Amino acid sequence: MTLAVDAIAWHQFFFVMFALLTCGFAVGVLFSGNIVRMAFYLVLSLASSAGLFFLAGAEFVGAMQLMIYVGGTLVLLIFGVMLTAQDRFISLKTPAGEWVLSLIIGGTLLALLLAAAFRYEGWQQAELGDTTPTSSQADTTARLGLSLVGVRPDKLDDSPRKAGMSGYLFPFIIVSVHLLVVLVGAAYMARAKKRTTTTAR
Amino acid sequence: MQTTLVDLLTSAGLPDPLAHVIRALVPCVLIIHLVAVGALVFIWLERKVSGRIQDRLGPTRVGGRFGWLQTLADGIKLIAKEDITPGEADAMLFRIAPYVSFAASFAAWLAMPFAVGWSGLDMNVAVFFVLAVLGLEVFGVILAGYASGSKWSLFGAMREAAQVVSYEVPLGLCVVIPVFICGTMNLTTIGEMQRGFATNWLIFHDPFTFCVFWVYITCGVASVNRAPFDLAEAESELVAGFHTEYSGLRWSFFFMAEYGSMLLVSALAVILFLGAWHGPIPIFSIGLGWTDAGGILGYLASLAGCANLILKSSLGVIVMIWVRWTLPRLRIDQVMTTCLKYCVPLASFCFLGALAWQAWIPNVTPASLPAPFGIDRAAIRESWVTRAGGPHATVSDAQLTPQTASPVPTTLATQSVPDRNIPVAGSTAPIGREETP
Repeated sequence: MTLAVDAIAWHQFFFVMFALLTCGFAVGVLFSGNIVRMAFYLVLSLASSAGLFFLAGAEFVGAMQLMIYVGGTLVLLIFGVMLTAQDRFISLKTPAGEWVLSLIIGGTLLALLLAAAFRYEGWQQAELGDTTPTSSQADTTARLGLSLVGVRPDKLDDSPRKAGMSGYLFPFIIVSVHLLVVLVGAAYMARAKKRTTTTAR
Repeated sequence: MQTTLVDLLTSAGLPDPLAHVIRALVPCVLIIHLVAVGALVFIWLERKVSGRIQDRLGPTRVGGRFGWLQTLADGIKLIAKEDITPGEADAMLFRIAPYVSFAASFAAWLAMPFAVGWSGLDMNVAVFFVLAVLGLEVFGVILAGYASGSKWSLFGAMREAAQVVSYEVPLGLCVVIPVFICGTMNLTTIGEMQRGFATNWLIFHDPFTFCVFWVYITCGVASVNRAPFDLAEAESELVAGFHTEYSGLRWSFFFMAEYGSMLLVSALAVILFLGAWHGPIPIFSIGLGWTDAGGILGYLASLAGCANLILKSSLGVIVMIWVRWTLPRLRIDQVMTTCLKYCVPLASFCFLGALAWQAWIPNVTPASLPAPFGIDRAAIRESWVTRAGGPHATVSDAQLTPQTASPVPTTLATQSVPDRNIPVAGSTAPIGREETP
């Protein structure tokens, strides 16, 4: 029993730590003027939220967060920033009008999300029975993969007729085709234009 | 190991939270030592190997005949050097960049198993985690290049960014192949599935895995920025590339990160393709029942397995050193051509080929023999259905239930399934099986 209690203490400690890091660096993105520092803070903020995922036992989502957001997107972002940033854009100063506007929009979104979150009954009071750290051996990946190809392992015994028919194959295919179109479009936009004159290159 | 250590400490009278902290610190300290001492050894090795390749002797004086204290002397020199930040630099990012690189290289090691149960963090998605964290090392390089405020560094960083987008795609594709053959992303399980002689290694699983291993090595060398892919550094063109402005200890952090991830990339290759800890020292059960035995014998087996893994990984590092001093540096367009025009199609072809092999000739290789935990590859692949679906599971119930029971019935059960035991396979596992009862 003591073991469970102490584990909860560490769990909560790390949760608060990662949450503070995430929020702190997100604020850092807001208040920093230098665009590369903004990108750096964004990386740290996203990496801390990956830490939150790991803490919750969702290792696959955490690694995905690191891979896609922290690794891929931000390398691209920094690449783009370094290629495109001219003197005018290197240090950004937000005018007061934009502050007001973005505060209104962001505040509205926050209010909406908070209202939605607190309406969900399970979230209103913490249930202490459920705070033991999730096993890291949870079989999340296999289930995710199965769901993506159309089999929901958790719904296999729903009813005989639609057993395993409730997966995410269709949305998955739609998203893949969408991404493919985006890729083809990007390749089309970025390709070397046909040489009209030989000296143009 | 995890529970025993915590239990041991708590029974010794330590408060439980403290025991957990100590348990967490042990792998961290060990891994830091692996990365740091590994860097010392490999830098010395690099000097010696490059010396031999260029018909020189390499270091000979410091510390005796082989100059084996040379790196330590270098390290002391580096500590004594002044830590300089250029005036043009973005000071905070400049200072932090080496630590980003080093931390990424170090953190990826946390998920690497050294033997069964010998890992900092036994992760379900270890392969994916290692790749994701390894990709972050690049971030430190790009940050260093940008923050230095020097054109050489910036050029290095630009090249690095272009290189990243080229090699990450084929690298990911290569890693996917052992993952789907084994049906798991857990590195410990992937390693244990290659138990036995070299014929059980995934590199010899089918012709396609053999091909894809070399693609992996190519992309792996690219991912650690070693020649012929060291464009970010390119000392003949860019002074020293991204670390031009660095000196002293910060500079050496970049090198520790580089050698740490070299070892990491080859350790990953060893686990994915070259039989993990089942190496030159035989640790599978030949009569002794090494790994299955608990206590001192099991510990010895794990120790031997750890030695196997590190030995094979070091050989991989030596190959990287050899490649570096043999091949000239590629241009950035050649890097992109190599990675995107050759490695990606090759890896994709091998991917499809290995899939087809799995579909049509699944049980020809020795690898599908009764395996470590009493589960063979197909059983592990299909176990999610049983576990997740409960009573309505469709696949491989019959295979799984007798096998998970206990080690000895396991072998009997699998032997009774005739299509899993094919003559080709007979070479390895029966040795263990004849003598264990």
